[in-house]
Amino acid sequence: MSTKAGTQEGVHAGTVRITYRQAVHDAMHEALTRDPRVFLMGEDVGCYGGTYAFSKGFLEAFGPERIRDTPLSELGFVGAGVGAALGGMRPIVEVMTVNFSLLALDQIVNNAALYRHMSGGQFSVPLVVRMATGAGRQLAAQHSHSLEGWYAHIPGIRVLAPATVEDARGMLWPALLDPDPVVIFEHAQLFNMEGDLPQPFTADIEHAIVRREGSDVSLITSGGSLWKTLDAAVQLATAGISAEVVDLRVLRPLDLPTVAASVRKTHRAVIVDEGWRTGGLSAEIAASITEHAFFDLDAPPVRVCGAEVPIPYAKHLEDAALPQVPQIVAAAMQLMGRTR
Amino acid sequence: MSDTATTPNPVPDPPTGPVPFDRELALGLLHDMLRVRRMEEKCAELYGSGSIRGFLHLYIGEEAVAAGVMRALRPEDNILATYREHGHALLRGVSMAAIMAEMFGKQEGCSRGRGGSMHLFDAATHFYGGNAIVGGALPLAVGLALAAKMQGRQCITACFFGEGAMAEGAFHESMNLAALWELPVLFCCENNRYAMGTALDRSESQTDLTAKAASYRVATETVDGMDVVAVHEAAQRAAAFVRDSGSPMFVEFQTYRFRAHSMFDPELYRDRAEVEAWKTRGPIHTYTARLKAQGLLTEADFLALDDAVGAEVRRAVAFAEAGTWEPVADLARDVCTPAPGTGDAS
Repeated sequence: MSTKAGTQEGVHAGTVRITYRQAVHDAMHEALTRDPRVFLMGEDVGCYGGTYAFSKGFLEAFGPERIRDTPLSELGFVGAGVGAALGGMRPIVEVMTVNFSLLALDQIVNNAALYRHMSGGQFSVPLVVRMATGAGRQLAAQHSHSLEGWYAHIPGIRVLAPATVEDARGMLWPALLDPDPVVIFEHAQLFNMEGDLPQPFTADIEHAIVRREGSDVSLITSGGSLWKTLDAAVQLATAGISAEVVDLRVLRPLDLPTVAASVRKTHRAVIVDEGWRTGGLSAEIAASITEHAFFDLDAPPVRVCGAEVPIPYAKHLEDAALPQVPQIVAAAMQLMGRTR
Repeated sequence: MSDTATTPNPVPDPPTGPVPFDRELALGLLHDMLRVRRMEEKCAELYGSGSIRGFLHLYIGEEAVAAGVMRALRPEDNILATYREHGHALLRGVSMAAIMAEMFGKQEGCSRGRGGSMHLFDAATHFYGGNAIVGGALPLAVGLALAAKMQGRQCITACFFGEGAMAEGAFHESMNLAALWELPVLFCCENNRYAMGTALDRSESQTDLTAKAASYRVATETVDGMDVVAVHEAAQRAAAFVRDSGSPMFVEFQTYRFRAHSMFDPELYRDRAEVEAWKTRGPIHTYTARLKAQGLLTEADFLALDDAVGAEVRRAVAFAEAGTWEPVADLARDVCTPAPGTGDAS
């Protein structure tokens, strides 16, 4: 991935260089400052300063009522977040990793996502759940999965995957303004990444975005895979292939017009998704492309996905289980009818 | 603990003794229980004729609990309940007509026909459902109480659940959070002795339910849930405790379901004789006898009250029958909240 370079596309004059971690921190700090209904709840968000130090200093700044350390009780505190949202608060609930969020899935799927429709429109749940996702840190199978596609399956929730410091900084506030539940996936490989935050930054939780313009092939991705995909686009350029990179950003509801517009231009699509292939988000994107842009395609969509295995500990095996730049390059080359 | 059959439940004597309430409250409680009973009897009949479909979980036999508790709550309090919540919704103030229309699936129903029997909702009376995941409402109750506390609002949150929910992790996590954070939640356990068809002593290693709550340092009380007098007095004490202390309390209401779990239940798990024995403790006829013995009620009074309830049921059914179906075009309405200035978002 490109954290080594730490660069983002489109660096402007009016920018501030910050880490993704700092961006999440600043976004929460702003929200807590702007709206007294906002509070942060989760494991070790207070005294510990946040598992990933996102909330360092918050306990001192905002006090224990609003920076609420919870027991190891995901079902209970995520459900309490749903209840607090019903009661007029704007909770930010931090879940340590997506794997742990499965303990709270009942409250997210059976309550948060359903309450508005099931009550005939009487009760909205303005809840934000943030969680770390993804592999690459040798944390093995129970801390490394990418289950964004499961959440994106559920009507009634919005699913976001900020991949840049600008999105990490900008998406939280509109997520809190959304009257319905929003789940934000933060890829753990990005936390130390530095990027240039434009001043002012944008805040869009509606649309996908083209991160790199191209004309030969669309590389469609999100989250932690964005940077590998951009690196692949650079390599493809040296081979004379102009790749367009689309960052989905919003995994539900999907911004299909942006995806389809890119594919109509390039006539070829590679979908890069760290999640598993079978029944995954990549399948949804590929199906949507064939539904919406079939006659614009010069070739069937191709997917580069995580291997269908639990993520292993050993570095070489973990690397082999994840989409990597050479695979993305090879997939695009193959689509172009090129061998090298 | 038995392996196969249920341990026979010793059936206590029927509730007796004077009713220590003024006539208005005393007759009000009877009226409440009758409204639930007659509404549900009609629902069972309408289920048979096909007007009501899906699951239908009747509260018949357990009416004293909702009646006694609801009158101990204030308009600003929050209520959450289970899929056996017709009585709770009705006695909280949702109109019988809106409940019946919901059962019919009509858009005049209290959930626009989206929820049905198990998902009655009413924002106006702070009635947050109608939750059909066993234990699913308990964390919500914690969160609603947390919100009220953080906002400085003086209200309590009452959450009804069955003893079956106490085997769920959600119960234990919610008790811990409510106690740890000193939240004003009134936990109302309706122990009707069977989690669907599984008797308490066949599903729980600890059958003293208050011991579980007490292990979280939550105040507890056990009450005869067939005795509306005992229920109401206990509920008043408990609500006052929660309101004054800002801390949670757990009350076990020992009750009994006279009807099957749902309309699909052949009741293989309990003896007919056990059901009949418990019917001698029925909350309505025992209470009626006490009121009569005390001179608070005559047979003529009872018949007049029952007639009035019957008329309300007939009006509710007529309202439901006259109700309309939500247009299919509105299927996706309210999956998400409509954006400001638009008619819809889907």
